[in-house]
Amino acid sequence: MATSTTNALAGEERAGPPAKSPDGKSGRKRGALLHRIDLKGAPYAFVAPFFVVFAAFSFYPLIYTAWISLHHVELATLDSMQWVAFDNYVDLFKDSRFWNALRNTITIGVISTVPQLLMALGMAHLLNYRMRASLFFRVASLVPYATSVGAAALVFTMLFERDFGMINWVLGWVGIDPLDWEANKWPAQVAISTIVIWRWTGYNALLYLAAMQAIPADRYEAASIDGASRWKQFTHVTVPGIRSTIVFTIVLSTIGATQLFGEPLIFGQGPNGVTGGADNQYQTLGLLLYEEGWKNYQMGRAATVAWAMFLLLILVFVAQRLISRLRSRTP
Amino acid sequence: MSSPGSFGRKRLASAVAAVGALALVAGCGGSDGSATGGGKKDGKTVITMGMFGVMGFKESGLLEKYEKENPGVEIKAEIAGDEQTYYTALQTHLAAGNGLKDIQGIEIGRAKEITETQADKFADFSKTPGTDHFLPWKQSQITTKDGKVLGLGTDAGPMAVCYRKDYFAQAGLPTDREQVSKLWAGDWKKYVQVGRTFKKNFKGGKVSYTDSVSGLFNAMVYGYPQQYYNENGDLIYDKNPDVKRAWNLAADAADAGLSAKLRQFQPGWDPGLANGTFATAVCPAWMLSHISEKAGDKNKGKWDVARAPKGANWGGSFLGVTEKSPVKAEAQKLVAWLTAPEQQAYIFKKLGNFPSSEQALERADVKKVTSAYFSNAPIGEIFGAAAQEIPDKQVLGRKDGTIKDTFTQGLALVEQGQSRDKAWKTTASRIDKAVG
Repeated sequence: MATSTTNALAGEERAGPPAKSPDGKSGRKRGALLHRIDLKGAPYAFVAPFFVVFAAFSFYPLIYTAWISLHHVELATLDSMQWVAFDNYVDLFKDSRFWNALRNTITIGVISTVPQLLMALGMAHLLNYRMRASLFFRVASLVPYATSVGAAALVFTMLFERDFGMINWVLGWVGIDPLDWEANKWPAQVAISTIVIWRWTGYNALLYLAAMQAIPADRYEAASIDGASRWKQFTHVTVPGIRSTIVFTIVLSTIGATQLFGEPLIFGQGPNGVTGGADNQYQTLGLLLYEEGWKNYQMGRAATVAWAMFLLLILVFVAQRLISRLRSRTP
Repeated sequence: MSSPGSFGRKRLASAVAAVGALALVAGCGGSDGSATGGGKKDGKTVITMGMFGVMGFKESGLLEKYEKENPGVEIKAEIAGDEQTYYTALQTHLAAGNGLKDIQGIEIGRAKEITETQADKFADFSKTPGTDHFLPWKQSQITTKDGKVLGLGTDAGPMAVCYRKDYFAQAGLPTDREQVSKLWAGDWKKYVQVGRTFKKNFKGGKVSYTDSVSGLFNAMVYGYPQQYYNENGDLIYDKNPDVKRAWNLAADAADAGLSAKLRQFQPGWDPGLANGTFATAVCPAWMLSHISEKAGDKNKGKWDVARAPKGANWGGSFLGVTEKSPVKAEAQKLVAWLTAPEQQAYIFKKLGNFPSSEQALERADVKKVTSAYFSNAPIGEIFGAAAQEIPDKQVLGRKDGTIKDTFTQGLALVEQGQSRDKAWKTTASRIDKAVG
């Protein structure tokens, strides 16, 4: 890019017609100026679309949300905003629903992420073996990821239905009484986590698989010469080899878990979806935001929840950096 | 000479990139007139409608009839199952001034909020001819303080009790609708008492007495002129003894284990209807169409309709036309036609949605309507009598709909075994949040 531009510059100077008119000098000057702008400016112009879109769709909403969160605003009367400073934040931190939603977000996050990543690791390990139809299995593991949240959540909601759901029906074979999945806290959270696990395990498995295939085969050879069993190879060669990918999937899953919204909304169906159960037993922060905004129509408070979520993510990120820095300092 | 050319191309490219980026942004900010509703194209007038539940216009084939009678008019109706979901979307569209249909359904629980906060976004019906045929209380609910009429009434919600004859017989209860009506005549407490008898005597497997105690609660609350608000618009639900009484009786029914703990109007309710997991449902007239649709042909003739202990008006809706609609006049004409006495009578005969037009109610053919699905119950007579008991004055409040939904959830907590005092406290704090 840089070299071709210099050539273009040289080319123009060679090919440029001799200045004849009295203002030819200034003309050339202007040309040079334009050229310099082009040289310096073009890269910015090329990346501009991203940043303009980012500014319009991310940065502006972010700032505007912060501005709204300092007001009392109702959806029906968006143009009349009443300044309340940080009252919304103070109320939110005093609100038991917020802490309940935060706890639910964390517990559902743990219930869904930990098994999901462990299963993905196991699956990737199996897919890494040489076997028949490996391409088929690899594609198949990605199918849930390609399914829309809505479709997946709807099907699982029917499976977990109290009276006529398949899961209660199967449980009935082994003599377990039908469980009201939606109405009870832990069953509901497990059911929602199941949807998340089903959708994301294959995706993570493929990420792990890609990382595993980058591990040089001679490490395994060396390990087996040293007499390491399959399991030892897995824990001492494979896992350290894909460490950075594991960290990456943990970060992704954490962000995903913080923003969990669609699955519980559809799982609850209607009003219970919006409030995360009649007792808010599976209300996540995302749902609390939705309830404030689109059931109570209080946009100020909804914006406050959104910012609290954002600040929480930053807090987690900073804490994680601090811990990793401390750990790298101690030998 | 190739170099200057490439030079120019590059400059052009960066300019295009920048302009393109700006156009992207501008595209989001600008809004064109066609953002609302249908319009006229190729000599055809397209009218769009947004509705919820089973309002009956599409289901009964009236929209097709109108299209046939008015060539050149095309109606596109979009129907949401759940009213809360529908209203949330409507609020968002109203706030954004975008995505609105030409005609929008408005439920009674939202009427006050619409007339108070969104009046300028709906067209005025006060000068539309031939719209003075409604029940005296109906149109006042959608009229603003300065006399603007934001919609026309569709149906009303007089109450009855729908019951399964076969289950009643198995529990040793009478099955004839006259005798069943007598079982609980005059007092909702008797309805709960019958439930206790049913529960004790019914041996035919897992069948609950009622689908959800929130139906009972709504039926009681809507029997009084004042519910959650007083005439000054103050929130009085926590001081209103009628609300508390309804809550306590509904909680009694829940504690006695009479409820199937289903959530009305949600997908889980429908398999309950189809498989007959409950014996009664407190049913406003408009619920009949839902029951017959979801319980299906295999349950035809098993259901019947008995009189409710006490009259009430639960639900009923309006059709409004959005102010920005490009086909406002045509849409208003359509709404006036859809809500005219003949059409209201037609829907009642076809689906059971009860007319809110007084003229429709006076028609002999309406009084004689029976429902084949509900064992030929004379629903014209039953709901007609129930409509007489509807309080002439009903005080509506801004957040009626949201408060109703919140109470429904509160009662679900009692059904799940929470103490009624704790559930009441939770409900009250949620209402505080909702009214802002």
